[in-house]
Amino acid sequence: MRSPVGSRIVVGMSGGVDSSVAAALLKDQGYDVIGVMLRLWSDSETENRCCAPDAQLEARRIAAQLDIPFYVIDAQDAFYQAVVQPFIDGYAGGITPNPCLNCNRQIRWQFLLSKAKALGADYIATGHYARIRQSEDGAYQLLKNPDPEKDQSYFLHVLTQEDLSRTVFPLAEFSKPEVRQLAREYKLSVAERPDSQDLCFVGQENYRDFLRKIDPSLLKPGPILNPAGSVLGEHQGLADYTIGQRKGLGIAGPEPYYVVDKDLLNNALIIGSKNDLGRISFNAERINWINGETPSVPFIADIRIRYKSRAVPGRVTPLDNNLAQIDLTESLPDITPGQAAVFYQEQICLGGGIIQREVL
Amino acid sequence: MKRIYLDYAATTPVDERVITAMLPYFKENFGNPSSLHGFGQVGERALDESRRSIASNLGALPSEIIFTSCGSESDNLALRGTAFTRREEHGYNHILISPIEHPAIQATAEQLAEHHGFEISYLPIDHSGQVNTELMENHFREDTALVSVMGANNEIGTINPIQKIADLCQDRGIPFHTDAVQYGAHLKIDVEKLGLDLLSLGAHKFYGPKGVGVLYIRSGMRVMPTLTGGSQEFGLRAATENIPLIVGMAKAFSLAQEEGAVRRERQVLLRDQIIEFVLEEIPDSRLTGGGPEERLPNHTSFVFKNLDGNLLIQVLDSEGFACSSGSACKTGDPKPSSVLTNLGYEPEWALGSLRVTLGKDTTQEEVDKFLYILPECVQRVREASR
Repeated sequence: MRSPVGSRIVVGMSGGVDSSVAAALLKDQGYDVIGVMLRLWSDSETENRCCAPDAQLEARRIAAQLDIPFYVIDAQDAFYQAVVQPFIDGYAGGITPNPCLNCNRQIRWQFLLSKAKALGADYIATGHYARIRQSEDGAYQLLKNPDPEKDQSYFLHVLTQEDLSRTVFPLAEFSKPEVRQLAREYKLSVAERPDSQDLCFVGQENYRDFLRKIDPSLLKPGPILNPAGSVLGEHQGLADYTIGQRKGLGIAGPEPYYVVDKDLLNNALIIGSKNDLGRISFNAERINWINGETPSVPFIADIRIRYKSRAVPGRVTPLDNNLAQIDLTESLPDITPGQAAVFYQEQICLGGGIIQREVL
Repeated sequence: MKRIYLDYAATTPVDERVITAMLPYFKENFGNPSSLHGFGQVGERALDESRRSIASNLGALPSEIIFTSCGSESDNLALRGTAFTRREEHGYNHILISPIEHPAIQATAEQLAEHHGFEISYLPIDHSGQVNTELMENHFREDTALVSVMGANNEIGTINPIQKIADLCQDRGIPFHTDAVQYGAHLKIDVEKLGLDLLSLGAHKFYGPKGVGVLYIRSGMRVMPTLTGGSQEFGLRAATENIPLIVGMAKAFSLAQEEGAVRRERQVLLRDQIIEFVLEEIPDSRLTGGGPEERLPNHTSFVFKNLDGNLLIQVLDSEGFACSSGSACKTGDPKPSSVLTNLGYEPEWALGSLRVTLGKDTTQEEVDKFLYILPECVQRVREASR
């Protein structure tokens, strides 16, 4: 590890098994570990799942067991600005946003790094499953975790050289079962805690109820059309649907229908057959190149368009304004605006960006 | 890392001499003072001696001293007990307190108002948090059941003109209670001279154990008990007396009187160094609360503009210095302190508060170390709060 043993390191703790084991490993290796939990915004009456009282109690207990200081830092406003508001805006704009990406970029790194610095720590650590390597020219590389089931590099493609230079992933080489085993060996009470879920801030309800509460107009019923413009039925609000979605449309046809597009102007949901859906090319925006430099020429990479989806080979053509054009070698049905397209070569994550809405 | 404790207003370590005094009463002399046998009589004697000791240190009669479990309980008994009695006897329903009382008073008064039909009103205070006695007159009512004003504020260290307030209350025959949990840990109290009717103390602020306190009740005052049961404590507080803790408190309070002048002198010297240094060396800083004359001898409190006070406490802790802040919140949901808000501080100031309180054994070296690191910590937190 680049950070010298004995140096001070802030571990982002959630009360879950991964970050608890990360803290335990660092403590064991002789680091001066400080546990920090960020207090995140949550939908009024429900607590944010990442930092609900029981999670906080759990993290506090782990910190006490490891004999490390533990602080909760208020990040509610920053989280709302960086994560929740863009989430709402994204649905209003007809995309399916991925709030974890903004959270990693602006909260779990930018925000936490600045607080860590105040706490006298040059490094932060998290319980993510990914690896960081410094190449011969000194640049930092982000690599997949060896366990394909658990690899989280997809969510980490937003990190910069500065971020990576100050980050430690203690779980880099471990699989989830190994981490649970470590938790048992360290006798951490969280060993059997279930994995946390995404959308930590909407509480008990689902995101649709959350959006409806924030802005009822986001879930206004409207027509369901086929690509030719004929009305096939009524939808319950565009934010209810995701491009590529098949289930829950409630419309019978000769072959299964899929959500093909959203016509925001007319509040219409466009559905069609699988053939209408598949795309082979798309653009991505807000591209982050992990090595900090935009490639000068197109290149071939394995491209992942969703966290759990299979990587597909394709060509990435960098464009101006942090854009890139992606041409896949096969058509995919679920290329979803708002989700990330992340580029890999072998184990190395090169970067990625947000899939843009197709301008029809 | 050697840790330096600068949060003596929160609590203090138990004095070795106090521990020595307490120890026999856990095991050898464990008897219940209510028992008839010899074991009980040993306990009874310890209880009686402790009561006499505290009474004489307060200028009170032993029969005016009620042992409780803490300062908060004393506050509760004083407020509830007096309010209910005064209503029963006279139909009075009005409670008059300062707007920056300890939560033990504030929340108790609120409950009396919300659930028992009492009315609260607040005395005027100045920018240092001191009750303005000139304007007090207008706030008394025909039906005022009691007045409660803290001796000194825990957050900003301001000392109130207790004697003057007591005089004004006495003129109108209104019972006056003072929460002297902070005040009594540092300053000599003579209940007769001050003219107090009720007064609360908590042992752990003056190097006694946690979990024990005193309520002084002037003879003739009628107070309805809140903890009912046996006839301990003159029928005002049921429960088997916690002899070891009571013995410890009596010892600690005696020591506080004997050594009071020396402690005050030492602490004032260090206190004024901190105040002078901070105001001079740290940009955009202000002293909260009163000046040297109306401030607890061990107490300093500041606000720093545009600074996350919570993070400052965490950063100082990570450097080995234990301090506190009015807005500090363990669960990461800081709110501007209601004390500072009541004093008129805007959130940009009120969220950046720091309380540094000294102990009887705090050394010059500890203060020097603290002052050496403080400006840099403030700077780091300001950079991170941007």
